[in-house]
Amino acid sequence: MFNYYLRLGLRSLKRNAVLTALMITAIAVGIGAAMTTLTVFRAMSGNPIPQKSSQLFAPQIDNWGPDRPEGLSSDHLEFQLSYTDAMALMKARAAKRQSALMATRFALRPSNPGQKPFKVFARAAYADFFPMFDVPFKYGGPWSAADDENRAPVTVITRETNDRLFGGANSIGKTIRLDNDNYTVTGVLDDWHLIPHFYDLGIRPFGDSEGVFLPFTRAIDKKMPPTGSTNCNSDVDPGFAGLLQSECVWLQFWVELPSAADAEKYRTFLNNYAAEQQRLGRFHWPPHTQLRDVTDWLAYRHIVPNEVHILILVSFGFLLVCLMNAMGLMLAKIMGRAGDIGVRRALGASRGAIFMQCLIETGIVGLAGGIVGLGLTALGLWAARSLLTKEFVALTHLDLTDTGLTVLLAVAATVAAGLYPTWRAAHVQPAWQLKAQ
Amino acid sequence: MEVRPILSAMRRNKFGALLIAAQMAVTLAFLANAITLIEQRTAWSDRPSGVDEQNVFVISTDNMEHSADLAARQAADEAALRSMPGVLDAYAANMYPMEGGGWVETVSLTAKQKIGNATAAYYMGDQHALATLGLRLVAGRNFTAEEIVDRGELDQVDKGGVIVTKALAEKLFPSGNALGQSIFVESDEKSSPIIGIVDRLQGPFTVATGLLSTFPEYSVLAPLRLLSPSPQYMVRTQPGQLDAVMKAAEAKLLALDDNRILRGQSMLQIRAAAYRGDHGLIILLVAVCTALLIVTAFGIIGLTSYWVALRRQQIGIRRALGATRQAIVRYFQTENLLIAGAGTAAGIACAIALNLWMVRSFAMVRMDNSRVFLGALIMLLLGQAAVLWPALRAASIPPALATRGG
Repeated sequence: MFNYYLRLGLRSLKRNAVLTALMITAIAVGIGAAMTTLTVFRAMSGNPIPQKSSQLFAPQIDNWGPDRPEGLSSDHLEFQLSYTDAMALMKARAAKRQSALMATRFALRPSNPGQKPFKVFARAAYADFFPMFDVPFKYGGPWSAADDENRAPVTVITRETNDRLFGGANSIGKTIRLDNDNYTVTGVLDDWHLIPHFYDLGIRPFGDSEGVFLPFTRAIDKKMPPTGSTNCNSDVDPGFAGLLQSECVWLQFWVELPSAADAEKYRTFLNNYAAEQQRLGRFHWPPHTQLRDVTDWLAYRHIVPNEVHILILVSFGFLLVCLMNAMGLMLAKIMGRAGDIGVRRALGASRGAIFMQCLIETGIVGLAGGIVGLGLTALGLWAARSLLTKEFVALTHLDLTDTGLTVLLAVAATVAAGLYPTWRAAHVQPAWQLKAQ
Repeated sequence: MEVRPILSAMRRNKFGALLIAAQMAVTLAFLANAITLIEQRTAWSDRPSGVDEQNVFVISTDNMEHSADLAARQAADEAALRSMPGVLDAYAANMYPMEGGGWVETVSLTAKQKIGNATAAYYMGDQHALATLGLRLVAGRNFTAEEIVDRGELDQVDKGGVIVTKALAEKLFPSGNALGQSIFVESDEKSSPIIGIVDRLQGPFTVATGLLSTFPEYSVLAPLRLLSPSPQYMVRTQPGQLDAVMKAAEAKLLALDDNRILRGQSMLQIRAAAYRGDHGLIILLVAVCTALLIVTAFGIIGLTSYWVALRRQQIGIRRALGATRQAIVRYFQTENLLIAGAGTAAGIACAIALNLWMVRSFAMVRMDNSRVFLGALIMLLLGQAAVLWPALRAASIPPALATRGG
């Protein structure tokens, strides 16, 4: 029976090719627009580290108190930590793993004199950074805790940097020159692109990430200027020493807390720390701290631009209009065939049979719309990619789920839109139609 | 035109009429908001920066070796740039308009003030800054060479009088007596008098929403020379010579010291990059709105054609009874006007509700009522245009059809 209906459906669609084409186009364009924005949105709001996002936390400590510039944050907490607080947390080692982080940049001079020097973004971190964030290594591994302690000139480089400097060869033990100093390579990363770059959202959360890593202690020792934002609430003494002593916030900090109990303990620890600072006279306000895991952190930082939300809204509004349109056309089409339906009913077809037949017909339209829509989505993403940075490319591709989802959405939406016309068709009065003939 | 028969005919096709009205309502809701957003972003990205953008470029340097005497090297670079043919002036800047990120300070009127009076972009430059950027001084004077103080990025130093933008001057001193007044900027203990006011100098931030977009025209220019391991120089050229001079300037600086990475960018390139997102949004919105209008128009054409087909016989009878072609066309036009009128009325309400919601949730701009009415007018005209073709087809139905039947 299904095959028969399918044939009938196709025949009926062919009979009114313009109307059919209009319906399919309307659905395809709507689906294409909606799926394109949705895919971009999912890439931007995705969980960058799903296997561990509930175990990684960013602590916040209110070190400015109630007097602060207006509008910086909604909850009287800064996004970053001061050097004083970051060092206190590092020293306490109250979490399984922890690392203060800072972004900086170097001029990297390749040892090959034929290669031109280039600018490279660098991430200063503790050795814990790599196991904490499940960073994959191609060669070697992180530097040691002793290197952290000794402010050693060691580095981990990304695969891209390694390709550029060493042609992709194993470069463990080789040195690279960053500004004035030589650094020994201890590890080369495998492909590792976190989008968004949750551990430091202050600089290009979706953009290029760092090309080299070095011990945090080393960066401080070399007085490396931080890239990214440094926010201060009061006058600062001159020089790097002034920055280190100040209440300026400029460092990111992440901890790994494997269980909920650990997180609870760490919250208490943070509050005790702030209370102690109050007792010591540094804070003139009661403890105010916060601990957020990766997903909470991303939501808290509102990293998906408003423009993307607006575009999603607009594109789904567009899909709605397209579906209403298809619905109207379908109504026109099915009711235009009221005569045929009347004949079939008079010849003994049940309401259910008519309903099924029309349902299959709308299903075909939905399927065709979905497939064309898929093509349009691919086209839309291709356009979006040219507007976005290259890191997005990997994320804005259509995977199997997306493909299935697109087609399913198209069929479901079309069939839903076709329900009323179909219902109307099933209620065609055979006698009335035949009389009118 | 008699409306009653149209209404009673419509009652037999409630669902179709409702579909068209709903489609028009949703289209209008998005159209009016999109127009608002497009207008806002166009205005935002077209604002003049105050800089002579046609003739100014930035040259950023990254040094391999951290030189001990940053001041000497910077002075040598500046002197070299200024001596070049085709160069009007040059100076070392801490940041430039539309850079994307930059230095912000709160500005206060009294010492040790807890909450500042304004937030402003904090530019540093010497006596060459005004001429290099091409800023227009509307009151007061420029810095003198003696007033310029060298400083490192992290060193707060005592500084002399500052130059502010007109917008900031008016914000701080609404009565218009800003010149000569003292303000606290960067330091909350030592004040600086306002010695000059420039017409315009846009801040470095370009995001159209959020905190950083709330003070786009508030800037302070302090008489400071930032000594940086990676200085950036602003250069203004003779009109029309920018490209050639930019290339020559890179070569000249490399000849002085090739142990660095240089990157030249014209202000026009910087502007294009800064507003790429806004322009992308505008293009997307225009595309989606056009598609929306087309789809809605086809929806109207499709359904009206169906109604025409449905009523062929009645139309034939009407024609046979003496109705003119114009009367038939007018019938469908009036019918569409009624449907579109209802849809547009609902659409106006939807547009306003959608706008209020987006203002709250996505920092959308408030919509001007005139934009809703503009959208409504577009919808009514679209309806009339779309219905014309099926209406004309209906008018061409011969009266003889009435006698034939079927």
